[in-house]
Amino acid sequence: MAESFKDKVAIIGMGCSKFGENWDMGSEDMVVDATYDALADAGIEMKDIDAAWVGTIGFHGTGTGMTSTGITGAAISMPLKLQYKPVTHVENGCATGTDALRNAAFAVAAKVYDIVLVVGVEKLKDTGFGGLGELAIPPHPVFEGGITAPGMYALAATRYFKKYGLTPEEGKRMLAKVSVKSHYNASRNPRAHLRNVITEEQVINAPVIAWPLGLFDCCGVTDGAAAAILCRAEDAKKFKDNYVLIKGLGLSIGPGQGSIRTDYDFTIWDETVYASKEAYAMAGIKNPRKEIDLVECHDCFSISEVIAVESLGLCERGKARADIESGAWTQEGEIPVNLSGGLKAFGHPIGASGCREAFEIYQQLLGRAEDKTRRLKNPRMGLVHNQAGLPGKFMCAVAIYGLP
Amino acid sequence: MAVGMISYGAYVPMYRMNLQTLARNWGSPAGKGEKAVANWDEDSLTMATESSVDCLNGLDRSMIDGLYFATTTPAYREKQNASIIAKVIDLRRDITTADFANSVRGGTNALKAAIDAVKAGSAKRFLVTAADCRVPAPDSQFERLFGDGSAAFLIGDSDLAVEIEGSVSISSEFMDIWKREEDRYVQAWEERFIVTKGYLAHLEEIISMIFKKYKVTPKDFTKVVFYAFDQRRHLEIAKKLGFDPATQLQDSLLSTVGHTGSAQAMMMLVAALEEAKPGDRILFVNYGDGADAFILKVCDPIEKIRDRRGIKKNLASRMELPSYGKYLHFRNILDWGRQREPERFGALTMSWRDRNWLLSCHGHKCRQCGTIQFPMQRVCTWCQAKDDFDEIRLSDKKGTLFTYSMDNLATSVDKPTVIAIVNIAGGGRFSTVLTDRDTEKINPDMPVEFTFRRVHEAQGIHNYFWKCRPVRA
Repeated sequence: MAESFKDKVAIIGMGCSKFGENWDMGSEDMVVDATYDALADAGIEMKDIDAAWVGTIGFHGTGTGMTSTGITGAAISMPLKLQYKPVTHVENGCATGTDALRNAAFAVAAKVYDIVLVVGVEKLKDTGFGGLGELAIPPHPVFEGGITAPGMYALAATRYFKKYGLTPEEGKRMLAKVSVKSHYNASRNPRAHLRNVITEEQVINAPVIAWPLGLFDCCGVTDGAAAAILCRAEDAKKFKDNYVLIKGLGLSIGPGQGSIRTDYDFTIWDETVYASKEAYAMAGIKNPRKEIDLVECHDCFSISEVIAVESLGLCERGKARADIESGAWTQEGEIPVNLSGGLKAFGHPIGASGCREAFEIYQQLLGRAEDKTRRLKNPRMGLVHNQAGLPGKFMCAVAIYGLP
Repeated sequence: MAVGMISYGAYVPMYRMNLQTLARNWGSPAGKGEKAVANWDEDSLTMATESSVDCLNGLDRSMIDGLYFATTTPAYREKQNASIIAKVIDLRRDITTADFANSVRGGTNALKAAIDAVKAGSAKRFLVTAADCRVPAPDSQFERLFGDGSAAFLIGDSDLAVEIEGSVSISSEFMDIWKREEDRYVQAWEERFIVTKGYLAHLEEIISMIFKKYKVTPKDFTKVVFYAFDQRRHLEIAKKLGFDPATQLQDSLLSTVGHTGSAQAMMMLVAALEEAKPGDRILFVNYGDGADAFILKVCDPIEKIRDRRGIKKNLASRMELPSYGKYLHFRNILDWGRQREPERFGALTMSWRDRNWLLSCHGHKCRQCGTIQFPMQRVCTWCQAKDDFDEIRLSDKKGTLFTYSMDNLATSVDKPTVIAIVNIAGGGRFSTVLTDRDTEKINPDMPVEFTFRRVHEAQGIHNYFWKCRPVRA
């Protein structure tokens, strides 16, 4: 019979490459940088790794949008020169990073391996065009083709405004506050991609990408990699004193029926509800808003953060506006969200994001965030929300990390 | 046995370009009026589906035994277009379909063939549709003249709204306007020659033929519907043959729709029938590579098909094309400097596998829980029953716009792409794009309807699919 996974696996080292438009780095360079960072942090060498998991969608900007083009474990074995070690490639869209970590953790807990490496990586800026282009999930000649991620997320914004009685102006102002916070947080994070401080007026007056979302409602297009070293909790102390434990994991892959069923209203992420329920149950969390100290959520767009926080049960449905206006999601607030700058401003290299979000929680829990002013006071538990797909057809991974 | 028209339908695209827009662009004298311009996602094939659907409003499509499609601008040069239209409008499989291409007279060629088929007893009901979307050379007389549109008639031997009392035809080698395989635009010989020896001479000849054969005179007709070369010659020929242009001559549509090629005379006839009363007699004459003439008698059942959009309602529902640049873009006349972008995806095999929902707009209705879903599924989205569905056509349902966004990042000749989630009346949801829309006038919960469009080109294929548009009044 399945038993609780809580506190079985430890993260003993993490690393993160430079995030940004890394014109001078290929995915191989970023894999090397993030992995060697993580090894140094764990105090181990490459030869100590028993097995590895790589999370990447292998983005090439092909006509079908986000499709993998025959990516394998060699994506990290070759640059790292892993000497014939087992490497598994995991892909679950933008939820890839957390799912790679999840599968690696299962292998460690099953005592198949003692020490494993997880690398999430994406190189987005080799396509020759801005944005991520158009997508159809799954690829189809015409059905739901010729549209983009901001276009699809904007559907949620339109209906959210309508459902909760916000005029487009009020709705856009609410969303602007989210982006202003993300940029402010990133401005104090030396590792973030977009570190400029912005104003609400700038957000509201920015060019429209997909009405009602403007330029500053959308995350940047970023290259990056993040890596983690895992071992069983009981072995962690052999390596170091300060480490983080996996408290809960949840994964929900939606059947994609939001664009088929008329009862889906685009103002809630059902997959997030399911994935977080699984993770909360595993972690023994009853009141997430009280028990969780910080959240890194999937804010590819400003509206994504709003609905993610509500779907995670961290805020009552339809009440995000009040939270945003009271500053509940800021560093000083009740439940800080995306202290790193989030996908919005730290960056969103697709396959890397889940690991990068874990990196922020790890740094915060260990009190190591580079800029001291952005360190939370004694956080015990953080949540990663890592989501792929589009409203109505998501894949969502939730991970809860905490101190021993 | 009386043979005639059971129903009619027409289509005029939403966009109109004022001739002053052309004049401003080229610095030439402004003509009067405007022309209908197909949206960027329309072509002769999609417009033919529109007029056909209008024509078949309220009628049982399973009773139709054939479809002829006339056009000089087929979407495919090799590959029958009529068979695609038949699939889109959801006709039976055991029917006859054919394209009548290459002549602006193709519409009446097809009409005559359909009439003959019904007379011969090989078909009971035959749909004939004509559509053209001719791209004229920039800054040419044809650019001021050509417009886009379509008409359709259902031919049969019962419930006739219009009885065809007689007809004559001429075939002529006469060359006036032509386009070779390698030509991008139509060419023409000197106008005085082609009007004098072509248009005027052939109309005189065919009309005197039909007068002689059926012993009729201009006084026997309530209305005359003549193919129009241009407005001046249209009036000239009517006068010359003894008709009163003020009371008898059906408007050419040249100043409202433009010259729609093989659809022109057919569309004029639809406009005439919209105003006709039972007992009226109409002389219907088409021209091109010869001529056709028909004597039509309007019958009582015409009162039963007054709800067609036809010409009048389509004309009333309009949007102004804002600039000549937009028009060039719509017709893909120039190479456009846009940012590098990946190729569009296409796979003929996928489109073929999905043809029942892609073309015929079929959804699935679950036999277990009764809910409707689009596209067709193997496992029910609601109750998870497997392979237990009935196929139902959704394209004739209305819908409500549940939510939308306006995507500027997606590549389109007409940004923004209006992404739309539509709840279909009676059940089902359609994740689609809004076309023929005014971006200032879109709101959640507005009523929309289905329209068949050319979505994009990929792998050398026109990729067609359904979209939605705000309901055209």
